[in-house]
Amino acid sequence: MGLPKIKQDATEARLSALDLPGGEGWTRAAREDALSRLQAAGLPHKRDEYWRYTDPRSLVEAEPPMAEALPEGDEGPIFGAHERLRIVFNDGQFDADASDDLSLEGIEIERLSQAAGADLHWARDLYGTLETRGQTPVARPLATLNTAFAQDGILIRVTGRPSKPVSLIYNHISDSSDVFLHHCVKVESGAELTLLENGAAAARLNTVLEVEIADTGKFHHVRAQGRDHARRAATAIFTRLGRESVFKSFTLTVNGALTRNECVIELTGDDAVAHVAGACVGDGDFHHDDTVFITHDAQNCESRQVFKKVLRNGATGVFRGKILVKKDAQKTDGYQISQSLLLDGDSQFLAKPELEIYADDVACSHGSTSGAIDEDALFYLRSRGVPEPLAQDLLVLSFLAEALAEIDDETIAEDLIARLEGWLARRRG
Amino acid sequence: MLEIKNLHVKLEEEDKQILKGVDLKVEAGKVHAIMGPNGSGKSTLSYVLSGRDGYEVTDGSAELDGAEILELDPEERAAAGLFLAFQYPVEIPGVGNMTFLRTAVNAQRKARGEEELSSGEFLKVVREKAKSLKIDADMLKRPVNVGFSGGEKKRNEILQMAMLEPRMCILDETDSGLDVDAMKLVADGVNALRDEGRAFLVITHYQRLLDHIKPDVVHIMADGRIVKTGGPELALEVEKNGYSDILNEVA
Repeated sequence: MGLPKIKQDATEARLSALDLPGGEGWTRAAREDALSRLQAAGLPHKRDEYWRYTDPRSLVEAEPPMAEALPEGDEGPIFGAHERLRIVFNDGQFDADASDDLSLEGIEIERLSQAAGADLHWARDLYGTLETRGQTPVARPLATLNTAFAQDGILIRVTGRPSKPVSLIYNHISDSSDVFLHHCVKVESGAELTLLENGAAAARLNTVLEVEIADTGKFHHVRAQGRDHARRAATAIFTRLGRESVFKSFTLTVNGALTRNECVIELTGDDAVAHVAGACVGDGDFHHDDTVFITHDAQNCESRQVFKKVLRNGATGVFRGKILVKKDAQKTDGYQISQSLLLDGDSQFLAKPELEIYADDVACSHGSTSGAIDEDALFYLRSRGVPEPLAQDLLVLSFLAEALAEIDDETIAEDLIARLEGWLARRRG
Repeated sequence: MLEIKNLHVKLEEEDKQILKGVDLKVEAGKVHAIMGPNGSGKSTLSYVLSGRDGYEVTDGSAELDGAEILELDPEERAAAGLFLAFQYPVEIPGVGNMTFLRTAVNAQRKARGEEELSSGEFLKVVREKAKSLKIDADMLKRPVNVGFSGGEKKRNEILQMAMLEPRMCILDETDSGLDVDAMKLVADGVNALRDEGRAFLVITHYQRLLDHIKPDVVHIMADGRIVKTGGPELALEVEKNGYSDILNEVA
C-alpha cells in the first residue's frame, strides 16, 4: 500500500528542496538507502500517533521558519571553564580555525564529510545502522531524512580513555539556516568517552547521534540546547549497549519554539546500565517533547528516565516514554519519572508513560505528575524574608534538582544550573 | 514590641471564626508563653502574625513597634524583624541549607538597606552559630530539612533564627517531637538569643519546654481568646491540673 496522498505530497515537497550531498563510497550508499527508506515511510504528519502531541509541520516543511540568533555575549559560554577538545560548527559548517586539532590519545576523530573515501569500516558499519534498527516498532522518519542528507558530523572511535571530553559547539548565525548533523560514536570494549554538546546551531536543526557501546564501555553525554527563542530542533539519539556497559545522557533545554528530543536505547548485553534525563524551562511560545524508547533485551540491566519540565505563559511540555522488556530480559530494573511544574494555568503537560513487559521477573516503575509551586514551601521561604519572586525561583531549581542530579560531573552540573539561574533572573527583571 | 488588639480571624475558605478577640502585649526583652488546649487558636495566631495565606482578619490589629503588620507580605514582616519557628519545618529538596540561609540573610539585609554579607563573612558566622547548636557541616550542606530528624529540623529553625537575628520571635510548638536532650539543645539556643531588645512568644501545649525557656508571662488561650494571664506559676498549674480547672474557673 502506498503512502496517503497528503504524506506523499509533503515528503516530495521536502525532498525536492534537498540534494543528496556529493561524494562516492560508503556514505553515498548509506544515504541512498536512507532516501529510499524515507520515500517508503514518508515524513511525519500530525495525524501520526507518534506525533499526536507535537505538530511536526514546521520540522517537515521545505522552508524553515525564521529564527533569530541571540547576540553573542548575551550569556557566558557554557562548559567554558572545562578542559575539552572543541569542535565548532557555524550553521552546521565545520569551523577549522575555531576548532582544536582533532587528535587526542585514546580516540580517533573523523568528519563525516571527509569520510566517504576513507576506509573507516567501523564508521561504515555504524552510520545509519542504529538509526535503521530504531525504526521498529515506530518509524522515526526525521532521523532517516538526516541519514540521507546530513551535511556533516563527527565520527568518533573510542579505544581508550581520553584525557578530556569532546565538545561539540554549535553556533547559530543565519536567521534561516537549516542544518542536518549526524554523529557516530563507537566505544570499544573498556573504553570511555564524555561528549558535550551546546549551542542553538541553526534556525532549524536536525541531529542524529548513533552510539554503539561495546562490552564494559562507558559513554557520558551532556547537552545544553541553545536558548534562541524561535529555533526549532528535532534530535534523535540511537544507542545499543553491550554487556556491563554504561550510557548516560542529560539534556538541558532553555527556550526554543519547538524541540523534539528522541532517544532510542537498546540494552543487548547483560548487566548494562542506561540513564537518560532532561530538564527544560520554557516561557510562552515553547513546545518541548521528550520521546524515549528503551528496549531491554538482556538480563539484569538497569534503565532510568528522569524528566522535569518547568512551563509558564502557555508553554507546552510533552513526554512519551516506553520501556519494553523482552521475554528473556529477566531481572530488569526499569525506572521512569516525568514531572512538570506549571507556573500558571495556561501551560500544559502531556505525558504518555508506557510499559510493555514480557519477562516475569522484573522491577519496573513509572510515575508522572503535574503540579504548581508548593504553597507551604513558598510561605516558608517568604517567612524567612526571601521575596516571593526569588522564593519561586528557588523552588523551580528545587523541582529540577532531581534531574540535574543525574549528571555525574558536578562542575558540569554547576554550569547548567548557572544557565537556569540566568534564565530565571532575566524573568525576574 | 508586639501589640495585638481585639484580633478576630476567620478561615478564608469557610465560615469559621478561629480567633475571637485576642489582646496581647509583649514587651521588648520579655518571654511570653501561650498555652492552651488543641484547637484553641494558638497556631492560627502564629500563622496570622507571620502572614500565611488562608486566613481573613475580620477585626482588630497587630503592631510591631507601633507599625501595623497585618497588611504586609510575609517577607516584609520578616525584614521588619518578625520570625516564626515552624511547628512543621518544610522540606525543600534541591536547595542547600547554606544557600537557603544566605539567600534569606541577604534578602533581609537588602530590604533594610544594609550591605549584603560576602560568602566569607557569612560562612564564618554560620559555622560559629551552627556549632553551638550541634549542627555539623553535613547538615549545612544537605537540602533544607530533607532527611532531617525531628530534632534536627527544630535545631535548624533555631539556627535560622540565630542567623536572621529577628527582634520578635514566635516559636510554634517547638518542643513537639523532641526528646529531652534535643529540647535542651533547642532551649539553650533560644536562651542564648535572649536579649533586652528581643522578645519571644513561645507557643506550647506543655509546661516542660518552659522549664528550659523560663517565661516572664504565661497566657492561657481557649476558644480563640486569651482567657487568663499570669506568671510562670500558671504553667505549673496547667501541668498539675490540666486546662479544665482554669477553663471552668473563667467560664
